[in-house]
Amino acid sequence: MSGYVNRGTKPYDAVFKGILDSKIDLVTSVPCINLKELIHMVETSNDIIHVPVSREEEGVGICAGAYMGFKRTAILMQNSGLGNSINALASLNLLYGIPLLMIVSHRGTDEETISAQIPMGDLTPKLLDTIGIPYFITDSVIEVHDIIVDAWEKAELMRKPVAVLLPISFWRSI
Amino acid sequence: MRRIDAIKEIASFAKKENALLISNIGVPSKELYYVSDTPQNFYMLGSMGLVSSIGLGLSLAKPDRKVISIDGDGSILMNLGSLTTIASTQPSNYVLVIIDNGSYGSTGDQPTATSHYSNIATIAKGAGNRRVDEVNEKHELRAALENMSSGILIVKAEPGNANGKVIELTPKQIIGRFMDHISSRPYDLV
Repeated sequence: MSGYVNRGTKPYDAVFKGILDSKIDLVTSVPCINLKELIHMVETSNDIIHVPVSREEEGVGICAGAYMGFKRTAILMQNSGLGNSINALASLNLLYGIPLLMIVSHRGTDEETISAQIPMGDLTPKLLDTIGIPYFITDSVIEVHDIIVDAWEKAELMRKPVAVLLPISFWRSI
Repeated sequence: MRRIDAIKEIASFAKKENALLISNIGVPSKELYYVSDTPQNFYMLGSMGLVSSIGLGLSLAKPDRKVISIDGDGSILMNLGSLTTIASTQPSNYVLVIIDNGSYGSTGDQPTATSHYSNIATIAKGAGNRRVDEVNEKHELRAALENMSSGILIVKAEPGNANGKVIELTPKQIIGRFMDHISSRPYDLV
């Protein structure tokens, strides 16, 4: 699928194409500046029900309910929201075996300028390791499409959330 | 009224409407299991605060099915943002019932803010929900359910737990039979 990507492909275009090709049809979101274009694309897509939420945990719950109604679900969030949703990911998704694609803007990485982002930036992979949620990290616009498609397949197969962590360098790349 | 009596009425109404029923963590799920266990029930065993969100997601995914969530005052206070999201999405097939007994019943009846000055109906209206009803008496509950195609229904109840039953289903059995029922075909358990 990397044939789709050329020099002009924007990071958000590649992510959106990955979401569409995973046949994700319900997305919840909490904004991050890096997700600005992507959230707009999801909002205006005819193939996706988009539910902006007030807190990541709420988004996890909505996606779980939608999955029970046979939707393929994703949450778009900043990694700061991982802490807001740990209990739901464990005591809802992992307990019942509910898949979820987590598209995560991974702040506190690279040349992050906001100091408050650093602690959760460092802790995000460790927290995912601890609760047993598989994740992919990429800063490649060429690879991200296939990674997202793989991540959803893995989530369905393993019946658990799978995260795709997209650091600042990913969003800046061309 | 006692919470279990409210749950009995909601379960009977859900059965008549062929509605999907999502029940709250702790004793309320045990009470529902005791009064009426059916594959149309989803017992939320963990994730306190998320019963309203799960019901919302399900109602958006299945717009042809009526979905009812049974929430509590302590739980909705943990996820008040959910009331704003329900107001923004306005699903026409979703009824959120909040049984308000002013206490955290499953953990020793510690008082919640609704036993002091907070009012869930006012909060739900302030969140932008157009249809918010409140009932105080048992005999009003059935009519309130019949009259509300979608919206938020606050049911005032006394604190305290009835003798529910331990849910003798694994989480994967609960979700498996629930999704079997929704799809009318077997859902593979992992």
